[in-house]
Amino acid sequence: MTCRNIFVRIFSLFLLTLSALQFAVAQAGEPQQVIRLATTTSTDNSGLLQALLPYFEKGNGYKVHVIAVGTGKALRMGRDGDVDVVLVHARKAEDEFVREGFGERRFSVMYNDFVLVGPAGYPAGVRDSRDAGDAFRKIARHEALFISRSDDSGTHKKELGLWKKAGIKPEGKWYREAGQGMGKVLQMAGELSAYTLTDRGTWLAYREKLPLRIAFEGDPLLFNPYGIIAVNPEVHPHINHEGAMALIRWMTGKEGQARIAAFTLHGQQLFKPDAKADEVALLKP
Amino acid sequence: MSALLEATEKALELLISGDEALWQIIAISFKVSGSAILIATPPALLIAFALAYLRFPGRRVLVSLFSTLLSVPAVVVGLTLYLLLSNRGPLGDWRLLFTQSAMVLGQIALAFPILVAMGHAALQSADKRAWETARTLGASPLRAFFVVIRETRFGLLAALLAAYGRIIAEVGASMMLGGNILNYTRNIPTAIALETSKGEFAQGIALGAILLLLAFTLNGLLHYVQGKGVQTS
Repeated sequence: MTCRNIFVRIFSLFLLTLSALQFAVAQAGEPQQVIRLATTTSTDNSGLLQALLPYFEKGNGYKVHVIAVGTGKALRMGRDGDVDVVLVHARKAEDEFVREGFGERRFSVMYNDFVLVGPAGYPAGVRDSRDAGDAFRKIARHEALFISRSDDSGTHKKELGLWKKAGIKPEGKWYREAGQGMGKVLQMAGELSAYTLTDRGTWLAYREKLPLRIAFEGDPLLFNPYGIIAVNPEVHPHINHEGAMALIRWMTGKEGQARIAAFTLHGQQLFKPDAKADEVALLKP
Repeated sequence: MSALLEATEKALELLISGDEALWQIIAISFKVSGSAILIATPPALLIAFALAYLRFPGRRVLVSLFSTLLSVPAVVVGLTLYLLLSNRGPLGDWRLLFTQSAMVLGQIALAFPILVAMGHAALQSADKRAWETARTLGASPLRAFFVVIRETRFGLLAALLAAYGRIIAEVGASMMLGGNILNYTRNIPTAIALETSKGEFAQGIALGAILLLLAFTLNGLLHYVQGKGVQTS
């Protein structure tokens, strides 16, 4: 009998905690309209969106659900109508997304650049490269370890483009395809003393924790612009188009642009605001 | 080594200071997995009971089917449900992808085979006379069902705890179906995966400690309950 009592007591305690937690979460949860934003790991892992979005949410009464994946996956989610708006960085893929009618229109938001990072000893003499192609050729020729994102992200697309420009088909034991987000790949490069290509934003966010240095930077080919695109409501009528446009208006507007410019990490600006006046003019309600 | 110690120290600090972001993640984990268990248990019990007590064609096939489902990886469950729930999929109109409900569905799918298989084993091992006696004494089938459930409660509780233990620690399906959205679908396992990828090991360790503690508690409860079961039966 006592055993049964104990059993009942433990079980009801379990249920009680459960329902208390349910209540606590319900209190915190979802009153306003939700905007689903698919974006790249670079905007999320760097902390930019967490710094920006609370201001937007407070001023507009929306709640933004950020789903951070690679650019390829983010565009795929937009194509399937699983999100309302995408913030990505792969210009060619973005234009295609709009041309095929899945996205409404691309708006420039901000930019930074890609940098080639690697171990402090700069194996293969990459540091003295003339341009990005030269640096990549040196890595391949000396078979210096290189970690590729290999996840169809914007950074991965850029990296593949650079190999192509360098006239190299990257393969072999030195070329490791990780299939992971930017932060994870930077960590792997740090652990394995390897080179990798990263956007400057994520690099600055991780730099202090890594034994890596910038091995090459500054080639115009490494320009990295970000665009925001609302999913076309004619293709997917159920999406929150109004919310998506409100977010785009805010990000490309005065406040969003100022907040992007003001976002720093360890005293360094991560992204440069880049909204175009002629594009923004189209947004006036 | 010192990095590990430092991160652990910070983790303890986070836990003790009641860091809000951390506890929000923990609350989401318990809410989702709790809901999944509460929804999955009643039908799973009924099926387990039918498998143990009724004779019908295809029974053996069903038993081995549920045993097979036990070993389906969480990522496969995640992928399948993702394709079903995506706006392009057959259930797209439900608009469940990247919500807590989608995570609950995924965890139900993971918990269900455990509940059925372990529940079936427990019910099967019970004394059949309990059912027969109850029926002979004029109890309705429903009443007799509850008599059997009571007789096998220890085995059934073990099934419940095992299922709960699996889903609260599961990362693959939650990541795919929930999308790891801050303050909404970020639970303990997906947060650990994210924080590790960001190199923020302290929060990962703190959350891992919670999971360990939970596993320890569940296991302790399980042993305690099973021990009691032996004494009384």
